[in-house]
Amino acid sequence: MKPAPFSYVRPATIDEALATLAADPHAKVLAGGQSLVPLLSMRLAQPSTLVDINGLSELAFVRTDESGVRIGALARHRQVEDDGDAWRAQPLLRQALRLVAHPTIRNRGTTLGSVVHADPAAEMPAVAVLLGARVVAASVDGRREIDAADLFVGPLESALRSDELALEMVVPANPPRTGTAIDEIARRHGDFALCGVAAVVSVGENGAIETVRASYLAVAPTPHVLDLSEAFVDGTASDRNLDAAAEIASGALDPDADIHGTADYRRHLSGVLTRRVVRDAYTRATAPDAQGAR
Amino acid sequence: MTTPPQVSAPDALHAVSLIVNGTAYALEIPARRLLSDALRHDLGLTGTHVGCEHGVCGACTILVDGQPMRSCLLLAVSMDGAELTTVEGLTEEGDRLGPVQQAFQDCHGLQCGFCTPGFLTTITAGLRDDPDPTPEAAREMIAGNLCRCTGYQNIVKSVLRAAELQRGGGDA
Amino acid sequence: MTTKAFGARVARVEDERFLRGRGRYLDDLAADALHVALHRSPHAHARITDIDVEAVLDVDGVVAVYTYEDLTGAMADPLPLLIPHPDLTHGRTQYALAKDQVNYVGEAIAMVVAVDRYVAEDAAARIVVSYEFLPPVVGLDAARAADHLVHDDVPGNLAATSTQATGDAMAAISRAPHRLALDLDIERSACTPLEGRGTVAKWDTDNGRLEVWSSTQTSTGVRAAVAAKLGLDLSVVDVITPDVGGGFGVKVVHPWPEEVLVPMAAMALGRPVKFTEDRREHFISAAHERAQQQHVEVGFDDDGRILGLDVEIWHDNGAYIPYGLIVPIITTTQLLGPYKPPVYKATFHSLYTNTVIVTPYRGAGRPQGVYAMERTMDAIAAALGKDRAEVRAANFIQPDEFPYDQGLIFQDGKPLIYDSGDFPQMLDKVKALVGWDEFAAFRDEMRAEGRRVGIGLACYVEGTGVGPYEGGHIQVETTGKVKVSTGLTTQGQGHQTVFAQIVADELGVRFEDVEVVTGDTRRMPYAVGTYASRAAVMSGSAIALTARSVRRKALELAAEALEANVDDLEIRDGVVEVRGAPGAQISLGTLAVLSNPLRYAFDEASKAATQFSVGDPDKVPVPEGTSPGLESRDFYSPPRSTFASGMHAVIVETDPDTAEIRILKYAVVHDCGRLINPMIVEGQIHGGVAQGVGGALYERMVYDEHGQLLNASFMDFLMPYVTEVPETIDVDHLETPSPLNPLGIKGAGEAGVIPSAAVFASAIEDAEGIVITRMPISPSELYDLRRTHAGSDEAAVAAVEGDS
Repeated sequence: MKPAPFSYVRPATIDEALATLAADPHAKVLAGGQSLVPLLSMRLAQPSTLVDINGLSELAFVRTDESGVRIGALARHRQVEDDGDAWRAQPLLRQALRLVAHPTIRNRGTTLGSVVHADPAAEMPAVAVLLGARVVAASVDGRREIDAADLFVGPLESALRSDELALEMVVPANPPRTGTAIDEIARRHGDFALCGVAAVVSVGENGAIETVRASYLAVAPTPHVLDLSEAFVDGTASDRNLDAAAEIASGALDPDADIHGTADYRRHLSGVLTRRVVRDAYTRATAPDAQGAR
Repeated sequence: MTTPPQVSAPDALHAVSLIVNGTAYALEIPARRLLSDALRHDLGLTGTHVGCEHGVCGACTILVDGQPMRSCLLLAVSMDGAELTTVEGLTEEGDRLGPVQQAFQDCHGLQCGFCTPGFLTTITAGLRDDPDPTPEAAREMIAGNLCRCTGYQNIVKSVLRAAELQRGGGDA
Repeated sequence: MTTKAFGARVARVEDERFLRGRGRYLDDLAADALHVALHRSPHAHARITDIDVEAVLDVDGVVAVYTYEDLTGAMADPLPLLIPHPDLTHGRTQYALAKDQVNYVGEAIAMVVAVDRYVAEDAAARIVVSYEFLPPVVGLDAARAADHLVHDDVPGNLAATSTQATGDAMAAISRAPHRLALDLDIERSACTPLEGRGTVAKWDTDNGRLEVWSSTQTSTGVRAAVAAKLGLDLSVVDVITPDVGGGFGVKVVHPWPEEVLVPMAAMALGRPVKFTEDRREHFISAAHERAQQQHVEVGFDDDGRILGLDVEIWHDNGAYIPYGLIVPIITTTQLLGPYKPPVYKATFHSLYTNTVIVTPYRGAGRPQGVYAMERTMDAIAAALGKDRAEVRAANFIQPDEFPYDQGLIFQDGKPLIYDSGDFPQMLDKVKALVGWDEFAAFRDEMRAEGRRVGIGLACYVEGTGVGPYEGGHIQVETTGKVKVSTGLTTQGQGHQTVFAQIVADELGVRFEDVEVVTGDTRRMPYAVGTYASRAAVMSGSAIALTARSVRRKALELAAEALEANVDDLEIRDGVVEVRGAPGAQISLGTLAVLSNPLRYAFDEASKAATQFSVGDPDKVPVPEGTSPGLESRDFYSPPRSTFASGMHAVIVETDPDTAEIRILKYAVVHDCGRLINPMIVEGQIHGGVAQGVGGALYERMVYDEHGQLLNASFMDFLMPYVTEVPETIDVDHLETPSPLNPLGIKGAGEAGVIPSAAVFASAIEDAEGIVITRMPISPSELYDLRRTHAGSDEAAVAAVEGDS
């Protein structure tokens, strides 16, 4: 299990990186490498050139303002997870990052890298779509923003072109009276989930539920977002409403079986988890965090 | 338009400097050399072990600029200038066992010893962040490392014992 | 007498080097070696029509490539069938490199030797093999159906059918007031040590010697195999076992193809060659175990006492059977556990499949046997509405019945006679430890909170310390240091510590002065290996006998030197003293000098020795029947195995929504006779329990119908992390000494894993009220079971017959 040979370049500027990507359609970008290097070692990925962006320290940022959180391509999971401003603006980031593999992996892996890797069982793509995040991609032809909703084409396949480098992700802040939650069932602690659900619940000034949206991971080829608001027309998180939401979810999803779980089981989990995370997100929407997270 | 920077040939050797356990090393290695292999086979620091080469077992965990990372998931060429600590660097002045090492000895925290270096480095960093872990936090600290011999019982005890030793408590 | 080391929680001497990163594991050796990569079959069943290695020769850094055509002499023959058996009528083994057919994904076809592993892998990937595909036989159903054959000349895919019986079991069952039948299933798992296999070889042209290092559980076995395969005299082959990163059985197979291919290449190339197995290779080209289907028929009385037991087992032995019938023999004999069915019959069929070979994995067939027996006990209790512990107690062999002859032949070819044990007391202990009698109240309490819990119990007896022999060599150096060697190998069990404990006590020296070497054929060429929980019993006993010889020799010499009576002497901290005569003493180091008539005054001990006079001036310096040196080499050979035993109990919680299974409490009572080092025994138990949790709830080998292993990585083969094992494991010991060896000890290494499938099945069944017949079990499977059984609490499979 050793990588096949590849050419290597460590650009000093973003432009150099883009020029290299433009010149070689079989080049791949190396950021954290926590997903890429195992694929190299198993020779499941054999890029001609690796473009190592670890020298582009200008991309190692997490910046937060009123509108949201900007996460640079070199921001490690750990950096995003630990960032207090980011947490206050968009708590789902930290909530979700704590479920990404193990801390040792999060020390190196990058959040944006995890998003563009487009693993349907990963947390961050599901979160990106749910939150309406946008990815800024650059090529020698210029920059464009890709809505997360348009980013995921298939398992391990994103809308990013081979000549493009994802520079940053812009994650909107939580609106007021909005709560988030994420939960998943994995075979072992830290494994990829059999099913995971993230939810965003917004309540009106009277505390009644207005919108409920949930994003599902590991149960569809790409992150699957459902609007569950119709289950909560009376504005409460009653058991009946939660059951109705769970039913919508299990009815809408058509997961595949794999060696760790049947399709039925995963569908069942999507319902169980929907109940849990909607309840938790609702609780947070009505009782804001004491430390100021939205 | 920027011209692409010079792209090396696949078999080209790259100059990489690393500081490992306080010693500076200069290496000439191909781009595909995993850091775990560079440490073991180029530098002869065989204390870092390779158990899976896909980042799951944690045996190869080392500290990169103080933070635990899987050396099998890093390319050595990408680590130019990094400061690394391996198990060989965990001993204290006078070649005495460090607190985590000592705790493993006290608590029978190892059997075959193959996964042990990854635990020792992980716990060393973990106790820096949380010097007084609860048993639950101790388990969480080692939750990404596989051991096939011990059933983890005595490793959890070792974490707690190491914290005690570090705080200067408990006669060793 | 020195402070007693035997029985103490002595810290391990091997830790020091491991903790500093100074262990020497296989891949740490021979930095200058060439590296090997194998081209392995991507197909489960195919004829090889052509192998084209042309493209490999162009790869820079490639030194050699070998295929079957390059093998000569004994290397061209199939690898040995290590343990023949009269019932093994169709034994088949693989070639070191596939000759004209491959029978599992991962079978070695070609070997590349190159400057490093990277280049070797580049080259191996460029070998082009042409195949003619054959239909693969995957799983026991396909093997039993035998619509296709793994080996053309093995009808029915049957390697062997073997029966042992103590009488007409079916007749006894049909006469019984109650009868049950069970169909059970258990899947494949594997040892999965953190370090894979590996071999280094150097051909020493100056001395004409072959030096081989292998990550093995039997250095003498590898040595014999290498010598035979390469046509070398045994005397020019040395095999040295370095530090080994776990074995659990898989490394006892000898030789692995690479273990003979690597020395062959080293000799041919005149350069050191190294094979370090990677993780994927370990999954697809080492060994697996456990997979069996079982049919049990049992007849019993109103108390649950078994009156007749008939078991038929279908055992998946994989593509080849180098290790013979050991695993299914153990299953069918050790199945009986602590019980005494008056009539028992067991038949097993060992079947070929196009999957990785099956050889012993910690427990070696016992987990399956215990699973069959304990599922049966639970089924009897359920049928009679009785307490599960009570039913077991009704079937126990009683303490006054030892030695107890089960009337069968065990794995070592000797009668299955239990030497000692106390099962009723053990049951009391485990019930107390887990809170068996309080569980009903706990269950109610949990139920009130909407939580679902269950308790399980499983008992086992484990034959340990199988023969034929092990040896010990002890030499006291003139410095007083005691050098001990035994031939079996070590994989983390702490042998250097426990053997030093034995020597310290037996010889009367300081523990710190004893140094133990294992698994080096240069030091001890006669040895068997480390498996079957035999190291402490076999080498421990051999070393104790050796230490007693050395002690005798030292005392006789000291008596002469000190002009005292042997009976008045004692040895304390390495010094022989005359009781009641302060000052009259001589150190073992000095005695070592005196023991050798050729004395050089190189050291203080030699000078000190000049004050003493020994030896009869009328005799030659080394009289007949004596030898120079304060040393001895002795062997221990037991009449038969010694039987350890244990009982596990577990409380699990099953999530009503997600079907996740959580362990709330795990209790172990274990009897391995006298404990040499309780700390180490407990460590062995902890590790076994964790491995058992893996085997019961997480690990399995998932093959598709084409024979591809779908989860050949640590991502998908779910070995437990700390988060999956019990937070605590409560351990209690019982010590019923074995009468069969000088130390009264029994083996402990495998015990922890043996009852796992059984105890978890028992507890999950109790929590869910659904009969569990297939293990391991995942939440997804439990969820499916719930749906299948919804609305019905009838036992679906263990249908109760008779008049109960």
